[in-house]
Amino acid sequence: MDKIHNNKAWLLVLPVFALVAFSAIVPLMTVVNYSVQDIFGPNNRYFVGTEWFSQLLRDPLLHNSLLRQFGFSFSVLAIEIPLGIVIALSMPRRGLGVPTCLILLSLPLLIPWNVVGTIWQIIGRGDIGLYGWALNEVGIDYNYAANPTDAWITVLIMDVWHWTSLVALLCYSGLRAIPDVYYQAARIDRASHWAVFRYIQLPKLKNVLLIAVMLRFMDSFMIYTEPFVLTGGGPGTSTTFLSQTLTKMAVGQFDIGRAAAFSLIYFLIILLVTWLFYTAMTHTDDKA
Amino acid sequence: MKTRKLLVLFIYLVFVLVPIYWLVNMSLKSNREILSSLTLWPDTLTLDNYRVVLTDPTWYMTYLNSLSYVTMNMVISLAVALPAAYAFSRYRFLGDKHMFFWLLTNRMAPPAVFLLPFFQLYSSIGLFDTTIAVALAHCLFNVPLAVWILEGFMSGVPKEIDETAYIDGYSFPRFFIRIFIPLIRPGIGVAAFFCFMYSWVELLLASTLTSVSAKPIVVQMTSTISAAGIDWGLLAAAGVVALLPGIAVIYFVRNHVAKGFALGRV
Repeated sequence: MDKIHNNKAWLLVLPVFALVAFSAIVPLMTVVNYSVQDIFGPNNRYFVGTEWFSQLLRDPLLHNSLLRQFGFSFSVLAIEIPLGIVIALSMPRRGLGVPTCLILLSLPLLIPWNVVGTIWQIIGRGDIGLYGWALNEVGIDYNYAANPTDAWITVLIMDVWHWTSLVALLCYSGLRAIPDVYYQAARIDRASHWAVFRYIQLPKLKNVLLIAVMLRFMDSFMIYTEPFVLTGGGPGTSTTFLSQTLTKMAVGQFDIGRAAAFSLIYFLIILLVTWLFYTAMTHTDDKA
Repeated sequence: MKTRKLLVLFIYLVFVLVPIYWLVNMSLKSNREILSSLTLWPDTLTLDNYRVVLTDPTWYMTYLNSLSYVTMNMVISLAVALPAAYAFSRYRFLGDKHMFFWLLTNRMAPPAVFLLPFFQLYSSIGLFDTTIAVALAHCLFNVPLAVWILEGFMSGVPKEIDETAYIDGYSFPRFFIRIFIPLIRPGIGVAAFFCFMYSWVELLLASTLTSVSAKPIVVQMTSTISAAGIDWGLLAAAGVVALLPGIAVIYFVRNHVAKGFALGRV
């Protein structure tokens, strides 16, 4: 659509700008200010310049939790996106099944995040939880509280349970928007199911999938509450992701200057990745 | 093909629902039963946990606090996002693309980054421990999302409608409220659903910005974890109660969801 050039439109954006600036710019400036100081108390602080940054960038703590975070976020995307597409393809297109499926699928999205952690904490337990008990019964030695691999897999499955619905709902609405003529044409051509998926459904889903990938990446990159409740980041540091490392540093050790520098590095990484997604998205928008 | 699809869907729904069933199951048991053995159905059904959640003021007040800041957040987010989304979808103006991206970056800011500054900011303006502070803090990620969703929907409305309305002598506010908003109702429904969802389930900011008088339900739930162990039954009952408003909201927007979840971008 051709847009009219009109700078008065700024007046309409102004409220949003003011509100978000209030809750984004002021705190961000505070963080920047902290990040260049070593703070011992309200009146006892020293300017240290970029020392925190250079220290942190060489810190194995940051490297490890960053690696874990990327590993986790990419595993989340690799499982949730294909699974979401499959589920969206299997959903009924009309009848009473539609609202039922929609409501049942949205249930996990609406559970407060600490409750999500609690549910999985219980259900994964070998003595009183169904899944943990079932796994132990079939002979798999599973204990998320003691075994790092089990803990990591549990957090991953929890996230799949929690968020695949979002991907499925997005894809479902994308599929619903495909006009019937496309399918009729495919029938006339005797296209196989795979061809219908590959050449009709997948291209039409591209935009929704980008949204899904972006939302899932952002949210999984910020994950805090669920693993914190489920495993407390352990055993060891196997499920300590970036947010938790940061919170531990800021609140637990009260290392504000260092935590602030960490925050900024964290934020810049997210910014970079998001910029890549955003560019990809607007690029496809232009072509469409 | 048909049965295979149904089978996939069925298996996934079981996977989704079993943990939720477990939560409901747990909320109807006493702690002794929860911790003693694995039972698929409560041996002795008890509503004690629900009685505590619904009659003890320390519990139901937190529930009301949560509802109040979520509602405030929803109203504020939509009120500021609607005109902004209209501007983004209809006009080109100085720095529009940068502004849009800057808004999105705030959706991506991890709450953990903002904990400490938020605490100081809201303390210094005397809003600490009020529901409005949480509502404003949640705007940080909900407003950008609402703008993004609504912009998608508005771009789907033909521009000729605006032009016809102006020719017919409508002023901008009158056109916007009388004609435009009804046209994008599904978009508003979906944006409201997302605002509700993210604000309702968020714990980190809500717990940092409140202490006693505005304590939200998600924070009150963490108080079931004490030195004596976790009060699982109570926690489960609170979790089930916390699910109800969400189910109500999704029920109201269910007809819009099918096309609306795509954020109008298909």
